[in-house]
Amino acid sequence: MDADAVYQTPTVEEIASLLPEKFPCVEVVKTEVRRVHAKVPREHIFKVCSYIHDNLTFEHCSTVIGVDYVDHLATVYHLTNYYNGVMIELSVDIPADDLHVDSVTPIWEGANWHERETWELFGIVFDNHPKLERLLTPKTYEFFPFRKSYKLRGTE
Amino acid sequence: MMSDSIVPVKEIEERMETDKMWLTMGPQHPFSHGLWTLRVQVDGEIVTDAEPIVGYLHRGWEKETENRTYPKIIPMADRLCYAASMTYTHLYCMTVEKALGIDIPEKAKWIRIVADEVCRIQSHLMWLAAVGTDLGSYTVFLWSMREREFFLDLNVKLCGARMTTNYPRIGGVRNDTTELFDRDILRTVERFEKALWDIVALVDDSSIFVSRMKGISYLTREQVANMGLTGPAMRGCGVDFDIRRDDPYDNYDLVDFEVPVLKEGDSYARYMIRIEEMFQSCEIIKQAVKKVQALGKNAPYRVKTPSRVPAGTTFARLEDPRGESLMYLVSDGTDKPYRLKVRSPIFVNVSGAKAMSVGTRVADVPAVLAQIDMCLGETDR
Repeated sequence: MDADAVYQTPTVEEIASLLPEKFPCVEVVKTEVRRVHAKVPREHIFKVCSYIHDNLTFEHCSTVIGVDYVDHLATVYHLTNYYNGVMIELSVDIPADDLHVDSVTPIWEGANWHERETWELFGIVFDNHPKLERLLTPKTYEFFPFRKSYKLRGTE
Repeated sequence: MMSDSIVPVKEIEERMETDKMWLTMGPQHPFSHGLWTLRVQVDGEIVTDAEPIVGYLHRGWEKETENRTYPKIIPMADRLCYAASMTYTHLYCMTVEKALGIDIPEKAKWIRIVADEVCRIQSHLMWLAAVGTDLGSYTVFLWSMREREFFLDLNVKLCGARMTTNYPRIGGVRNDTTELFDRDILRTVERFEKALWDIVALVDDSSIFVSRMKGISYLTREQVANMGLTGPAMRGCGVDFDIRRDDPYDNYDLVDFEVPVLKEGDSYARYMIRIEEMFQSCEIIKQAVKKVQALGKNAPYRVKTPSRVPAGTTFARLEDPRGESLMYLVSDGTDKPYRLKVRSPIFVNVSGAKAMSVGTRVADVPAVLAQIDMCLGETDR
């Protein structure tokens, strides 16, 4: 397969073979009906995302999700192709002592508020984000309430 | 004579510093349905910039779920959006079922489709009522609210509650359809299909409505796709995508219905899409009710499920009345979720408020933003 060609309706099998062919660092974890799950190293997320947007025609970024696994954190991206409904799930592991990852807002404007939310709740810094400010919580907050180290009162 | 005025109006206007001005609309403002603020920058009457501010209702929904067992989250999912409680609970149950790897009975799938579409119609009617008041017609508000009441009655008949229904369960639905439910729902839908034409005529024949929606707030297909807008706002701009048809869940692949798509991209197109969606929902209800009837009285509607969910990550998504909602679940093998993330369609749609309102007049801002169909419970979570 030609990794540099533009595919409008790539199938799950095509995506699963194209992604590792173009980026050897990308590991396709599993595939289901209309779903591809892949793991991407932190340094390559922007390149991989622009390839998925430009060459595989994934025009829609559903979410950017932060997860706190205590020993490391992770961001998860859900991307959608409008032409055949295939979704790609990319997960990126971020070491707990260096919470930086490239922003995908330059590619999908729709990721803007999701990244702001992930930053204010988990403290993951998205580099090159146009406006990384607190969105849901008050501007005076100096802690990240969705981390596992932040305990809720009473029940924990 | 005016032209010979001794006051040099033009020169004064040129010399005057006409700075752009920031107006703050909200959080307590007639246009904002709920607590949120829209800061608009105006140059005279024209909006040149806008910034939505949300978060007044942030209550840490996702964090709260980490302390609760799986069944206890079902009534919480209702409270994400009171107008679309059925779809959110459905989505939550679907996500957990997927994580458990179980398949639910046929009857539960069809009942969920019926309940979802009833929810879609009453949510759209709520929106139509809001548009009515925003554009200054109290009759549209009253008529839509009257029609909505019949669908809330159907909710009562199905599960005993009007809005926060608490009806879907992990592994099916709480109870079977009650006696005569299928008769009542078919009657209601038949009546509604006629009644909706009355409301449509009321809006379409009113030049005030049409002139304040037609040709206002254009968005292109590329803009919409890039901003991540979903739901009627997206389909009104020419993106031909509906999760029910293109990424079917439950039994939607067995239902025959059309997805309305318009290429106009203005405020009026978003209105037309929602009206057409209500008619399509009626079609889906008619087909799904027949399937429920065909399965008979004694078909199972719920399966028992384990209380512990195996470790792993899952996500599911469905077509909410307002757009694409998605839940992402990280489970660690206990009876409580490790992390549950909700992707709310309005959270993203409202971030496009700037693109929607720039270039319009201040007076049209409520009319334009009414098309978002604002719901703060799911935006702020």
